[in-house]
Parts: sequence; structure tokens; C-alpha cells
Amino acid sequence: MPAIRTEALTKDYSTGFWRPRPSRALENLTLEIAPGEIFGFLGPNGAGKTTTLKLLMQLIFPTSGRAEILGRPVGDVGVKRRLGYLPENPYFYDNLTAEELLVYYARVFGHHGSEAARRAGELLDLVGIGGERALQLRKFSKGMLQRIGLAQALLNDPDVVFLDEPMSGLDPLGRRDVRELILRLRERGCTVFFSSHILSDAESLCSRVAILSAGRLIATGTVSELLAFGVGGWELVMTNLAAATVARLGLRIARATEIAEGHYALELPIDAAPDGLLRELTAAGAALVSLNPIRPTLEDVFIKKVGGARERATFHHGAHRDHREKT
Amino acid sequence: MRVVREIALHVFKESVRDRVPYTLVFFAVLLMATSYLLGQLTAGQEVKIIKDLGLAATSLIGLFIAIFIGIGLVSKEVERRSIYNLLSKPVSRRQVVLGKYLGLVLTLLVNISVMVAALYGVLAYFWFVSDPSVKAGWETPALDPALMVASGLIFVELALITALALVFSTFSSPLLSAALTFGLFIVGHFNADLKRFDQIVASRPVAYLARALYYLLPNLTLFDVKAEVVHGYHVPATAVVSAVGYAAAYIAVLVATSVFIFERRDFK
Repeated sequence: MPAIRTEALTKDYSTGFWRPRPSRALENLTLEIAPGEIFGFLGPNGAGKTTTLKLLMQLIFPTSGRAEILGRPVGDVGVKRRLGYLPENPYFYDNLTAEELLVYYARVFGHHGSEAARRAGELLDLVGIGGERALQLRKFSKGMLQRIGLAQALLNDPDVVFLDEPMSGLDPLGRRDVRELILRLRERGCTVFFSSHILSDAESLCSRVAILSAGRLIATGTVSELLAFGVGGWELVMTNLAAATVARLGLRIARATEIAEGHYALELPIDAAPDGLLRELTAAGAALVSLNPIRPTLEDVFIKKVGGARERATFHHGAHRDHREKT
Repeated sequence: MRVVREIALHVFKESVRDRVPYTLVFFAVLLMATSYLLGQLTAGQEVKIIKDLGLAATSLIGLFIAIFIGIGLVSKEVERRSIYNLLSKPVSRRQVVLGKYLGLVLTLLVNISVMVAALYGVLAYFWFVSDPSVKAGWETPALDPALMVASGLIFVELALITALALVFSTFSSPLLSAALTFGLFIVGHFNADLKRFDQIVASRPVAYLARALYYLLPNLTLFDVKAEVVHGYHVPATAVVSAVGYAAAYIAVLVATSVFIFERRDFK
């Protein structure tokens, strides 16, 4: 049984007051996420990531299609007992302290008295909120509120966690903490579904990703599958390499960058045989530092896919407009 | 029920932190200042005036809490998106609405209880310091138990107004909710006139419309026994029971309407 399943999930919003017209925020999203996966839901702003998360938490209702979490329809109160959710830019009650807020949510989950207080304390420790826990939330910075958001999402030791832009508002240390937290969740078998437009985070954390653009799913797969559309070339780093030797290589290399004196990074085209060149340079007195394939980053894939989808959308829109003008 | 209780207690805590108790301070200062002035100016009428003023202030301050905190119950939570966190917990939308409503009713109950206790405290002071000859001139005893009936009905009326605010706050902005609730509060106090509209208009459709509105709009005059209590007139138990029954039925319909709307709306 998949942890999360969506089937042709579609959401239209009404726009305009006098003559409301439907505006499609999400179109036919079909996904299956296995238990224990860390699933990255990527896309530019306005792609439909938050809409999908809201549909999965039943904060909004789908125009068509369906979604299930842990085999039950979304919104099922029993299933919500096993879920955690961090909304984008979370907001809480200004007048409560961080501790009071978490105790309140713990009590909603069914923890009583000292058990609720103990659980709240554990989670505040986990997200690194120390003495500030006794302060009212109105005094919290954006990054601290994000940590509180994470704490409340993990209060019930969830089986599935939905994180909407979890790194938003965090400093580099905070981002590192969140990455470690997500990895710890994976270790204990939790399914993590997180949306982000910070691709390096997704690349380092996710077992699988989906890329969304203008409400449509344009790519899905493991990070290695998405990156496997080709090794783009080779990067050969050599030391004790003479400038004259580099000059003699001519068109056999795509680019040479001098890192330090006698220390070069050579970029070889994909069809070059790096082992032959390596032998040749070693024979000339150079020493190997490293040889790596040049792979596209997730960012390259993202830009290519999202850019392509936008161009197609512009083309279709233009063709449709031309057609209308002709008729 | 446990979840509803937790949400209700949370609303109460939020209201306390949201400076609602300041209204009690205002009430206490008003009563003490008035008592002092009356002690200087009037003879024999001070107890009646304090009762009149105390009940009116209880009603007005309660109205202020019911409208301004009531409309914030749902709409503020939606507007600031804190509802996202709550609804992701094992909580149904119905429980949220019920919890929010009961939480505010609890806030009103505590506030009104404190105000009534303060009113009795001031009256007890006058009873203690007044000369027996002055006491003999009072229409009603200073510590009249009927004050409890009047303040109890004020509470019931405010519970109904809170339910009205709740309905509006499930689908409209805080400002519009406040305007609509206040509008219905005013209309509700003149509702009885609609029943007699056929005596002053010739048009039958208009008379029917007025009669329909009479039954549809809340009749808040049922809960206003302040004048009777202050002047020592008897308030029949049947009138109190029927007013409470009417409020219970009206509140049930309003809360059910709120749940119906809230269960279907998108939180964009």
C-alpha cells in the first residue's frame, strides 16, 4: 500500500468577482509515494505545490480526482493521527508561548497533563528552542516560528510528514538542522513529502522527486534517473602540468582552468577517452588529482524541464490565439 | 468531546491573553466611580441607578466581547492561516466550530459572572452603609436575587449573538461580520414591532414580509428584563423558560449552519 496516492487530482479556483472564471491550479496529478520515501515536490513559485499539499491535508477540496494517505481518503480523522504537516510560513497564536502552543496541540492529540508537557519539551529540544520557549510567539523571528512549525508537525511521531518549504526563513545552520532532522525521520521509516524550490536540498535528501510546472507534473523519478540523461563530459584535475602541454591539447579538451600554478582542471567532451589523455599527461610528468564525470545537477534538469514546459505552454497559447484570430 | 473541550479551553485562554479581562477593569472602575458620585448626589435612588447601570454595562461589555472576539474566532484563524495547523491534527471541522463557540461562551460566562459579582459587591456596600430609613424607601432589596435572572438572560442573549457572529465569520471578513452581527443585534431589539406591522401598513405583501422577518430574525426583546428587575416587577418563570428554549433552538440552528458552511469551504 502506498503511503500517499493521488489519482488525476485537479483543482480549479474561481477568479473574478462579477464574472467568476475557473483558473486551474493543478491538473490531473497522479502520484504514488511508497512508505519510507523522502519525496521532493519541486517547482517554481505558483506551480501548484502548496495547492497539492492543501488538497492532501483537505484544507481545500479537489475539483476532480482523489487522494489517499495510508490507504484512507484524505481528511480521515483517524489517519490525521498519523500525519504531520508544516504549512508554508506557519503562523500560530501570538499570545501563547511556544510551550503552551505545543502542549495545546499535544492535548489535541490525546496526551494528558504532564505527558503533554513532557512531549512538548522533547520536541522543543529537538528543534533547538531553548529558553525562548517561555516567550510569547509574537516575539519569535521567522526562523524560530519555522522551528516551532516543525516541532508541531512531529509532535505525534508521525508515519507521514508533509513539509511545505521547510527551509524557508532558516539560516544555514537551521537548514543543516532540518536536513539532519529529515534524515533522522527517514531512518525511523517515516515517509516525508516536502515541497521546495531549493534544489540542492532536494538533491541531497530525496529518494525520489517530482517536478511541477503551471499545475502539471512534468517529470518524476529518482534523482539519479532524472540526472541520468547523460554524462555531459569529464573533469580531469592534474597537477605538475606545464602550460605548454595544456596548449598542445588544443581541441581535445573543451576548457582548461588554471586553479593554481601547474594545477589545472581540464574539461573533456563526452566523446573524449579520458584514460588515453590521462596516460599521455602522466607520461609528460603530470600527476592525477581527480577524474570525475560531469553530470547535470538537479538544477540543470529543473531549468531544462520547467523552461521546456513554459515554452510549450507559450507556443500552445500562441497557436490557440492565432487560431482564434483566424476563425 | 475531548477535542472540543481542548479547543474551547484554548479559546478561553486566548481571550484572556487578548486583553478581554481589561473590560472587567473598565466595568469595576465604572461601577466604583458611579457609586462615589451617586453617594454625593442622590438620596434613595442610588441602588436603583447602580442596578440599572450595572446591568446595562454588563450587557454592553458582553456585546463587545461577543462581537469583536466572536467574529475573530473563525475568520481571524482563517485569515492568519493558523487553522492549517489545527485542521492537520486529528480534529474534524465540526469539532473546530463547536470548540470555538463553546470557548467564547465560556469566556462570556466567566466575564458576566465577574461583573455580576462586582455589581453585588457594590450593592452590598450600599446596603451596609445606608441608613434603615433610606433602605425602607428602596423599591427592591439591594441584594435582589432577581438580578441573577436578568444577568442570566443577558448571558443567554449574548450566547445567541455569539452564534450569529460565528455564522458570519465562517464566510465573510471580520469587518463585515461585525457589521452584520451588530445590525442584527439592533434589529433583534425592535423585532417585536415587525409582528404588529399589519396594523400600520395597508399592503398585505408588506405585512406578510414583516411577519416572516419577525419569525426569521432573532427576537432579542425576550431576553431584556432589566427594567422589570430594577423596578421590582415580577418576571414569570414561564417567560424565562420560553426565552431560554427559544435561544437554545436558535443557537442550535446557527451553529449547525456554521458547521455546514465551514465543512465545505476551501482555505485558500
